[in-house]
Amino acid sequence: MFKIIESQMVVPNMHLLVVEAPAVARQMNPGQFVILRSEEDGERIPLSVSDWDAKAGTVTVVFLNVGHSTSTLASLESGMNIPSVVGPLGNPTEIDKFGTVLCLGGCYGIGSLYPIARALKEKGNKIVTVIEARSSFLFYWEDRLREVSDQLFHITRDGTKGSRGHVSRLPEIIKAWGQSVDRMIINGCTFLLKRGSDVSRSMGIKTVVSLNPIMIDGTGMCGVCRVTVAEATKFACVDGPDFDGHEVDWAELLQRRKQYVAEESVSFRTSRCEEHARRP
Amino acid sequence: MPKQAPEVRRRNFDEVALGYLAETAVQEAKRCLGCKKPKCVLGCPVEIDIPGFIQSIAQRDFVAGVRILKEKNCLPAVCGRVCPQEEQCEEICVLVKKGGQIAIGRLERFLADWEAGQGEPEMPQISAPTGRKVAVIGGGPAGLTVAGDLIKLGHHVTIFEALHKMGGVLVYGIPEFRLPKAIVQREIDYLKKMGVELVTDFVVGKTRTVDSLLEEYHAIFVGSGAGLPWFMNIPGENLNGVYSANEYLTRMNLMKGFQFPQFPTPIKDHSRVAVIGGGNVAMDCARTALRLGAEARIIYRRSRQELPARLEEIENAEEEGVIFDFLTLPIRYMGDENGWVRKIECLRMKLGEPDASGRRRPVPIEGSEFILPMDAVICAIGNSPNPLIAATTPGLEVGKRGNIVADEETGRTSKERVWAGGDVVTGAATVIQAMGAGRKAARSIHEYLSGL
Repeated sequence: MFKIIESQMVVPNMHLLVVEAPAVARQMNPGQFVILRSEEDGERIPLSVSDWDAKAGTVTVVFLNVGHSTSTLASLESGMNIPSVVGPLGNPTEIDKFGTVLCLGGCYGIGSLYPIARALKEKGNKIVTVIEARSSFLFYWEDRLREVSDQLFHITRDGTKGSRGHVSRLPEIIKAWGQSVDRMIINGCTFLLKRGSDVSRSMGIKTVVSLNPIMIDGTGMCGVCRVTVAEATKFACVDGPDFDGHEVDWAELLQRRKQYVAEESVSFRTSRCEEHARRP
Repeated sequence: MPKQAPEVRRRNFDEVALGYLAETAVQEAKRCLGCKKPKCVLGCPVEIDIPGFIQSIAQRDFVAGVRILKEKNCLPAVCGRVCPQEEQCEEICVLVKKGGQIAIGRLERFLADWEAGQGEPEMPQISAPTGRKVAVIGGGPAGLTVAGDLIKLGHHVTIFEALHKMGGVLVYGIPEFRLPKAIVQREIDYLKKMGVELVTDFVVGKTRTVDSLLEEYHAIFVGSGAGLPWFMNIPGENLNGVYSANEYLTRMNLMKGFQFPQFPTPIKDHSRVAVIGGGNVAMDCARTALRLGAEARIIYRRSRQELPARLEEIENAEEEGVIFDFLTLPIRYMGDENGWVRKIECLRMKLGEPDASGRRRPVPIEGSEFILPMDAVICAIGNSPNPLIAATTPGLEVGKRGNIVADEETGRTSKERVWAGGDVVTGAATVIQAMGAGRKAARSIHEYLSGL
């Protein structure tokens, strides 16, 4: 069993869990992920890691409450236990001295981007961080990101903070920053990864994206996470999760991610009422 | 052996074969000649004293029978069900041509099930602690055998399993109707009672490396299995609704998808399912899809005679209504506008000259392309060994197909204090072959530890 040390909603519908998993924390590197189970017989939920503390033996994840299993996870309180924390899975993000790195994050990716930006900064890169959300109230961890960034930009759909619009505003932001960008790293939902890659392709910037396909075991066994990258099939869990954003077959990935949308709503609908009735 | 009727069992997930009653078992056991030089034992990868336990059944001394069985086999209820006895012990029974071979597998299963009905199992003699520590990587048949053998010899054994449940292919792969999970759990509980330490959710190579474990353990056995599913590399394989057998079976067995939404991991409702391949795994997939209400068919490029699956499983599948398309090769999957598979294009084949495996090679018949409508495809054509350990363990020799190289007699690898066995060494094989490799490795590990 793995003990929950902290559980909170950081912004509406976005949750943070700090869980005790010393063996996992000891080996963690930026860009890797864990698989959690919130209950016995529960789904295996792959989540990007947003931080860890090897000394304290804890791992931090930030995730969006989207269905039955993440909602169960979100309802956990500190002091409670969960049956599984597996990791660190996947390969770490490549950390080297690249020059100037643009780190683009949205949704849960704002959290998982943080340790990557931190490691890149420590390597001596210039970090320009751009975070994206529908509205300003959905931003979190801005203080942390500011600490590891030379500059922090915002994009909001409604214009309540920073540039108004979507990542298509990126070229203007880079222009305002006034320096060339040597590499781009994107964490967040698949749309952000795709649209960010579209923008950077037109600007000729090498782009690394952290993919988030459906997974079960996370160790290469089931193959449900397969993606086409540079016309070859890869398993995101063992070959990734980082890939060159300009080589990913986005249409296929977006379709594959939708495979269980109907079933997800079934389990969400049929489980909620009973569960609430059970609670004290 | 009595079975559930096909028209009943094709709609449920309960075990198909119902097992012997005591009276039937005793009658069958009495047919055994008790050969002085029993051939059957030579056919058993774990060297069970087969005439010994059969004599005990004939004399109705089931306690003694269980004891004999468990001397050599820590998973008798599993082996009694899934071993291919017809090509091992039973094949060389001297009665084959005189009224039929003894049903050794069924008798083995009878004893194991009889014991389970008696409450607490009898614990074996466990030697005094030696102070030696062994790490076993992978909680499947090979690893469980190594653990069972070494714990009895007084060594401290820890099994590290990557998934959240022990059992490996016994829990994620083989379906409930062929091997009930409660039976696997019973055998694992038995190992736990003997003192084996069980660690789940621990991915060696990721959570900790082999080298790091070597600092704490005197010896390591790698039995991490065949974990990487193969696909055919034909167009359309990444369409929605195309599964690897591993994914399909893991969703169903480990995650209990057939009970969705009571269990939250979903499985799709498909109406026409094609399974590519002809092994036991393919049969398991087709029979599972059938039980979920789909029309299930096996697409196999050779003929019925070449099917690598056990005859018993082929017959079960046929009885239940699985459709077989022999001499058929899929060449392309076609999808709809939402990326879901809808059709398979296939080629008819004919059998040509024998190939390296001795089986007649399937040759495409030109211009024989045809299309089958389908809404799911399960690719059951095999697996390669999982690369996680090989990739993170310097000094461990790896073969061409990614398999760990180990000595066939001892399981020793190129790396000091590291042994390996099972599918990670041989590629996909059977439960009992993995157990046999585990038995040999345990013997070699014990020799090594005794010399320390």
